[in-house]
Amino acid sequence: MSEYIAPLRDMQFALKELAGLEQVAQLPGCEEATPDLVDAVLEEAAKFAEGVLSPLNWSGDQEGARWHDKAVTMPAGFKEAYKLFADSGWTALAAESEWGGQGLPKVVSAAVNEMWKSANHSFSLCPLLTAGAIEALVLTGSDALKATYLEKMVSGLWTGTMNLTEPSAGSDLAAVRTRAEPQADGSYKIFGQKIFITYGEHDMADNIIHLVLARTPTAPEGVKGISLFVVPKFLVNDDGSLGARNDAYCVSIEHKLGIHASPTAIMAFGDHSGAIGYLVGEENRGLEYMFIMMNAARFGVGLEGVAACERAYQRARDYARDRIQCTDIGVRGGPKVAIIQHPDVRRMLMTMKSYAEATRALAYVVAAAHDAAVHHADAETRKRNQAFVDLMIPVVKGWSTESGVTIASIGVQVHGGMGYVEETGAAQHLRDAQISTIYEGTTGIQANDLIGRKMAREGGATLKSVIAMMRALDSDLAKQGGAHFAAIRSRLAAGVDALATAGEWVVATYGKDVRAASAGAVPFLKLLGIVAGGWQMARAALIAQAKVDAGDGDPFFPAKVVTARFYADHVLSGAAGLASSVTDGAEGVMALHEDMF
Amino acid sequence: MKILVPVKRVVDYNVKVRVKSDASDVDLANVKMSMNPFDEIAVEEAVRLREAGVATEVVVVSAGVANCQETLRTAMAIGADRGILIQTDGELQPLAVAKLLKAVCDKEQPQIVICGKQAIDDDANQTGQMLAGLLNRPQATFASKIVVAGTQATVTREIDGGLETIEVPLPAVLTADLRLNEPRYATLPNIMKAKKKPLETTNPAALGVDVTPRLKTLKVAEPAKRTAGIKVADAADLVMKLKTEAKVI
Repeated sequence: MSEYIAPLRDMQFALKELAGLEQVAQLPGCEEATPDLVDAVLEEAAKFAEGVLSPLNWSGDQEGARWHDKAVTMPAGFKEAYKLFADSGWTALAAESEWGGQGLPKVVSAAVNEMWKSANHSFSLCPLLTAGAIEALVLTGSDALKATYLEKMVSGLWTGTMNLTEPSAGSDLAAVRTRAEPQADGSYKIFGQKIFITYGEHDMADNIIHLVLARTPTAPEGVKGISLFVVPKFLVNDDGSLGARNDAYCVSIEHKLGIHASPTAIMAFGDHSGAIGYLVGEENRGLEYMFIMMNAARFGVGLEGVAACERAYQRARDYARDRIQCTDIGVRGGPKVAIIQHPDVRRMLMTMKSYAEATRALAYVVAAAHDAAVHHADAETRKRNQAFVDLMIPVVKGWSTESGVTIASIGVQVHGGMGYVEETGAAQHLRDAQISTIYEGTTGIQANDLIGRKMAREGGATLKSVIAMMRALDSDLAKQGGAHFAAIRSRLAAGVDALATAGEWVVATYGKDVRAASAGAVPFLKLLGIVAGGWQMARAALIAQAKVDAGDGDPFFPAKVVTARFYADHVLSGAAGLASSVTDGAEGVMALHEDMF
Repeated sequence: MKILVPVKRVVDYNVKVRVKSDASDVDLANVKMSMNPFDEIAVEEAVRLREAGVATEVVVVSAGVANCQETLRTAMAIGADRGILIQTDGELQPLAVAKLLKAVCDKEQPQIVICGKQAIDDDANQTGQMLAGLLNRPQATFASKIVVAGTQATVTREIDGGLETIEVPLPAVLTADLRLNEPRYATLPNIMKAKKKPLETTNPAALGVDVTPRLKTLKVAEPAKRTAGIKVADAADLVMKLKTEAKVI
């Protein structure tokens, strides 16, 4: 079975040429991230992903996490791999140096995280959730909470979780019912049940720090009455040592379609005496705090889409090279050939390759904008970058992960019947990829966030500025000769036109008929995704062509131009259809009475 | 005690190498390069000896193009303390490298030199032995275990017949075999620290070494493609074919 090989060449290209790593390294606080250091970090991360995490992907899926007596046993090898992961300092990559982190910029952690996710999606969720909990505490925790928890979480000694969902409060967090009763000593006792808690229980770390949404007795109804609490699995003594077992137990784990090695816990808080919790920030502001981190978490999940495209592509490519079947098309009686020679298999592989590269380029560009939004010295530049990030986060999350599922499905198809058999490993990628379109907000939630909060609320201003950047590429594309660039230019222009038309319609319609706008939300998100991906592929093609023209003999560059051209003809060409679904499709969505379903 | 470890930048072991169209050499353009795996084992062993308190400093040295700096940084991320780059763009053959290393040894005076037993690109397996000869020091090659006590190293060597254990007085040149250790994954803090460790650049002329190649490569060719096998009817048929067709018995 083929192991994952980190696509360092394309990652470095996307980081340096598209995301502007050198500019990021000039931002205040990002000076460490020089290109040579980033290369060294990526190479070592690649070794770890390829040598430690990838070999556990299949066995972890087959064995799965197992629950017994309120404890979870991880699949063989995970505990050791996690210890090595933490000992190697990877948990500390992005965290601030004050807490023992390396403080590397988002654009670097994006590339590194993509590797963890491609190599072993299930494993990668533990550090992802911990990073989310760290960020929540850094942003909103008291000094005492920070001092008690952060260093050990950054070092990976303890892991973190996010406890939001309840059986009746999924996408609708206003319905959270978990109670928090204030105690005389300033702590709270937490009572309630939480579900879908990723790594809510496991045996890889000494302590698990749950961040839990709950209501205090005096809290108002709805979203404005939810507070955030730290609830450790083991209470922490004043000297930092572990104390009593807290009343927070995993009562079961879910049986799922994929990510079998990632334990999805059902957590019972306070079934015995009450789980001791500590308020994070102020009462009733929990959801607000969660939303601060939501962008980061959604971006992280978006990378899973990139990672799924890449992993599925590599496996399908390796299989297509080895699998001999049929003679070359149009050749009678000739030798049997590897299926990679067949045009339809080529089409599938090019689709996979181009999606992997386009989703990666967009994600890294958004990560670099995030770094500028946080670190840039100029307030106006920070604001402009933040607006871009806010607009694109639901796209990176929604479009990349939907693409991950599509591409993993094509990966199965390349394998034919063997792909439907578990042993080839292609099916696991499809099963694992599906969850990324669901957690941290389904694609529908992303799309409605996009058209509402990110577009209608500001009259589509940021979208317009992005469209202007896309159009600005046209003059450079026009200067290039040849069929590749002609196709890239005309498809991009048509895609941007479709995006502009649909975007204007969404903004104009949202206020007067929000149901009609919402009916086209997901098609619009996909439209923005494929056009933004096409924009980055066109940029990539121009840069690659300039390298070729300058005499660089690296075959990576002409391949990039061809891949961008394929993407234009096979992916961007779908923009107009999606735009019509947005502008003309609402009536068909809503016309039928419920009884007719 | 100071340990010197020479490290070579070679084609990554995952790369399927191609021969240049003019058959003059292996095509290195746009090919992923990394540290020779045997050298990585040598660096790991040296760092372990320092961590065990046997050595006090590990110096890594590489000869070749400017990009060899990356290889030295990788070695420093594993734990080497400082690096020396002998920068040159020309072809370097084992004897030239051994002379360069001798010049560095004369200056650095290491008690132990640990080389990889050979490089995976040319598989020459000569540099360590030549260096020991030039230095007029004992050598212990193909080491799968190294124990240093006082002024002596006890080295278990992998030889055709099994394992051989020898003692060599220090200073000495050792070469690392595959089973000597399993190199660690470099930690992120060490990768970042490696960037700040001292790296000195010199060149063959400054070391007074003539690196002109002594051997001429006539032709580089890919190994013959394996052809399909055949089924033999029985043992007698096999013996007959080995005698008459393969002519190996």
